[in-house]
Amino acid sequence: MAATQITDNDTTPEPVDSAAEAADRQVQAADAIEEPQSFPVTVIVRRYDPEIDDEPRWVDYDVQMFATERILDALHRIKWEQDPSLAFRRSCAHGVCGSDAMRINGKNRLACKALVKDFDTSKPIYVEAIKGLPLEKDLIVDMEPFFDSFREIQPFLQATGKPEKERHQTIAQRERFDDTTKCILCAACTTSCPVFWTDGQYFGPAAIVNAHRFIFDSRDEASQVRLDILNDREGVWRCRTTFNCTDACPRGIQVTKAIAEVKQAMMTGVKL
Amino acid sequence: MADQSSVTDGIHYHQHDVVIVGAGGAGMRAAIESAPKASTAVITKLYPTRSHTGAAQGGMAAALANVEEDSNEWHTYDTVKGGDYLTDQDSAEILTREAIDAVYDLENMGLPFNRTPEGKIDQRRFGGHTRDHGKAPVRRACYAADRTGHMILQTLYQNCVKHGVQFFNEFYVLDLVMAEIDGVKRVSGVVAYELATGEIHVFQGKSVIFATGGFGKIYKTTSNAHTLTGDGVGIVWRKGLPLEDMEFYQFHPTGLAGLGILLTEGARGEGAILRNASGERFMERYAPTIKDLAPRDIVARSMVQEVLDGRGAGPHKDYVYLDCTHLGAEVLETKLPDITEFARTYLGVDPVTERVPVYPTAHYAMGGIPTNNDAEVLADNETVVPGLYAAGECACVSVHGANRLGTNSLLDINVFGKRAGNNAVAYAQTADFVDLPADAADGVVKLLAQLREGTGTENVAEIRKALQETMDRNAQVFRTDETLQTALADIAVLRTRYPNVRIHDRGRRFNTDLLEAVELGFLLDLAEIVVVSAINRKESRGAHMRDDYPTRDDENYMQHTMAYRTAGDIGLPQEIRLDWKPVRFTHYEPQERKY
Ligand SMILES: Cc1cc2nc3c(=O)[nH]c(=O)nc-3n(C[C@H](O)[C@H](O)[C@H](O)COP(=O)(O)OP(=O)(O)OC[C@H]3O[C@@H](n4cnc5c(N)ncnc54)[C@H](O)[C@@H]3O)c2cc1C
Ligand code: SF4
Ligand code: FES
Repeated sequence: MAATQITDNDTTPEPVDSAAEAADRQVQAADAIEEPQSFPVTVIVRRYDPEIDDEPRWVDYDVQMFATERILDALHRIKWEQDPSLAFRRSCAHGVCGSDAMRINGKNRLACKALVKDFDTSKPIYVEAIKGLPLEKDLIVDMEPFFDSFREIQPFLQATGKPEKERHQTIAQRERFDDTTKCILCAACTTSCPVFWTDGQYFGPAAIVNAHRFIFDSRDEASQVRLDILNDREGVWRCRTTFNCTDACPRGIQVTKAIAEVKQAMMTGVKL
Repeated sequence: MADQSSVTDGIHYHQHDVVIVGAGGAGMRAAIESAPKASTAVITKLYPTRSHTGAAQGGMAAALANVEEDSNEWHTYDTVKGGDYLTDQDSAEILTREAIDAVYDLENMGLPFNRTPEGKIDQRRFGGHTRDHGKAPVRRACYAADRTGHMILQTLYQNCVKHGVQFFNEFYVLDLVMAEIDGVKRVSGVVAYELATGEIHVFQGKSVIFATGGFGKIYKTTSNAHTLTGDGVGIVWRKGLPLEDMEFYQFHPTGLAGLGILLTEGARGEGAILRNASGERFMERYAPTIKDLAPRDIVARSMVQEVLDGRGAGPHKDYVYLDCTHLGAEVLETKLPDITEFARTYLGVDPVTERVPVYPTAHYAMGGIPTNNDAEVLADNETVVPGLYAAGECACVSVHGANRLGTNSLLDINVFGKRAGNNAVAYAQTADFVDLPADAADGVVKLLAQLREGTGTENVAEIRKALQETMDRNAQVFRTDETLQTALADIAVLRTRYPNVRIHDRGRRFNTDLLEAVELGFLLDLAEIVVVSAINRKESRGAHMRDDYPTRDDENYMQHTMAYRTAGDIGLPQEIRLDWKPVRFTHYEPQERKY
């Protein structure tokens, strides 16, 4: 590799040569891999159009897929090449907008983060809408009840006084609620929760995660208000710690832990 | 305050002082200003938190000087130079001056920025942002890990909830209603299609703000969401209003190879390095001073050049590597966790130990709906359309000139989103509603009927794919007259096929088949304007690199392109007239751009 010169302006750390060479070898080995091949996959989608169907029906589709493609790609292939009436939500296609949570082989996932290679494609892949929210059409549910719960926990910073610049916060204080700031409101957690399935009034994990984000923010002054809201009959105490939510979360948020911390805060006060 | 609704002949009518189209960063920043003061409706085709602002990763620029010496003036200089001197310098001054408060506003609203050991907002390096006029990279980007856009979008939505902003979610605005009063074109409202029901809604507003984002989907390889189809820009265009600088489309250097998913420039800000197949840090040859942190146009071009010269990596030698391996797991997991995961998930490559295959990806529209510094939309070089505003990626102020600097868009949406909101309210407080013409909804009803009842055999997805492929092949990082003419000819054919598309879903509810066809119409219109504007600019400047005219030509082209539609209904050839608009200078003489 070419020698690199460190000049006065160069503020970028340089890797030591041996590491770079090792990476090179690794990369060249990877380059030798042959062309990937596509293969047929059967995707069975639970379709429902209330204008036509009395009740949902499962429909089979055969699509040609590459192992590294997303289930979202499979749905697009169905929509764009076989049946354009298939309805589902999506936008970013890489797991950051929260549009396409769905039940894939019985587990809540984002279709854009579930790759074909994660599944045993000798068997069909089943795709259906998330459970517990009113089904509107095919893979689309009514998200309003979900967002209503979110809005109810007062999901905005409440702090008095207007500082001249930024409010200060230490790295450790910021770290305290880092995990729950990652939420993209996809509803994968809430709609995987057995308590929510049987009791749609339950706030659900996502709302609690977002309450946690503010309760443990050192700048916020309304923690007690949110704790009172969640102390309600339909609040945190309904959680039965089944961990479905944590398993479902595409952002890797420790949802069950966040709920436990909120419960803890109700009993012993907030530790920031 | 006006806030009413009614139904006549199956069409819903609403009245609000301020109507905002789009709930990304720009739209919601505007709403936070306007909702407390005037009846405000935000109409959005996506749930607000699904907007693509949420995908932004690296940071938002402001010369806070929290970690090292910095100044607005340096930031202005960088923005002007980064834009290859096509940036309107007075606008850039506003952008960088108001940047400081824009960041404090967000922090005060609750945004969890990363912090310095003293508890202040931390800052990182980004491409083209320098100390003292190009001397060395400077730490100017305020960030929240590599999900800064996510945190901005969430924070703005949270504050909209706080202010009780009224949203119309999953409503697609498809037309702008204007009326001519005393020879002046004024805004009267917009027409929207409700996805859930298929019903038509007319929103009358004293002022209307477009904040509909970009149109990356004219390209195949892009960092943009499927929904970024340029609807707002297309709507304004179809109303006979001009579009500015459409040939300037930015390709971000580091998209995941073959996929286009973005890896933030913040990675290079933290020290990551681009290497070719032989491991050479090739940016040293192209930008000896700031190397991998040169602006995007330069880095993207250098990468493509490496590949063209046979130094690309991989089985097809068609990408280069982003090397993060020396940053260490700690930096990657704490400051760049999302992109680390993207590389792992989508390429199966672990950036901690392996180099990541990357290639430029279509990323950002510098051009768009021309506005003045007050976010008012222009009908020509000077005349404003009373009551009509635009902000964010759909607008062209122009603060980005021929090439936007990283972190200046999240800044733009906040600064000009806020200005749009404030000015729209001020206007609504003095102006009256402009009467809706009786046929306000007719355009949309006709457009949808035409598509829905079409009996052709053409397929929306096929036409879109063909469009995206020709744009990737012929109007990408390097262009020539020949490639652009090829793209133009291809688009002309696709336009004639478009009216024959067949909509398979005949239902009313959640008819995304129908909407994809409508979106394709906007993509076709906009791609053609990009190409026609690019053919006309016979020089190379910023993101517009003409191989057949490889140098900048200030004598003839130090001016903005203004494109006007003179004809071109659905299925008919578009007629596009091009004109020029002078660049506004304050302190900075154009110089050769070296880094
Ligand atoms: C992957 C990625 C990373 C980025 N990283 C950075 C970064 O680190 N720093 C930086 O400064 N910039 C970054 N950018 C650029 C920046 O994020 C965008 O330019 C900016 O967020 C655009 O914001 P916006 O509000 O204009 O549009 P968007 O956030 O795209 O919002 C558009 C809104 O318009 C609505 N809409 C569109 N059409 C219609 C219609 N017909 N009817 C109704 N509503 C409609 C949508 O629903 C949406 O709410 C990045 C961009 C991408 C793609
Ligand atoms: S906590 Fe995770 S699963 Fe639940 S809504 Fe947020 S991102 Fe989705
Ligand atoms: S499409 Fe955005 S999260 Fe999947």
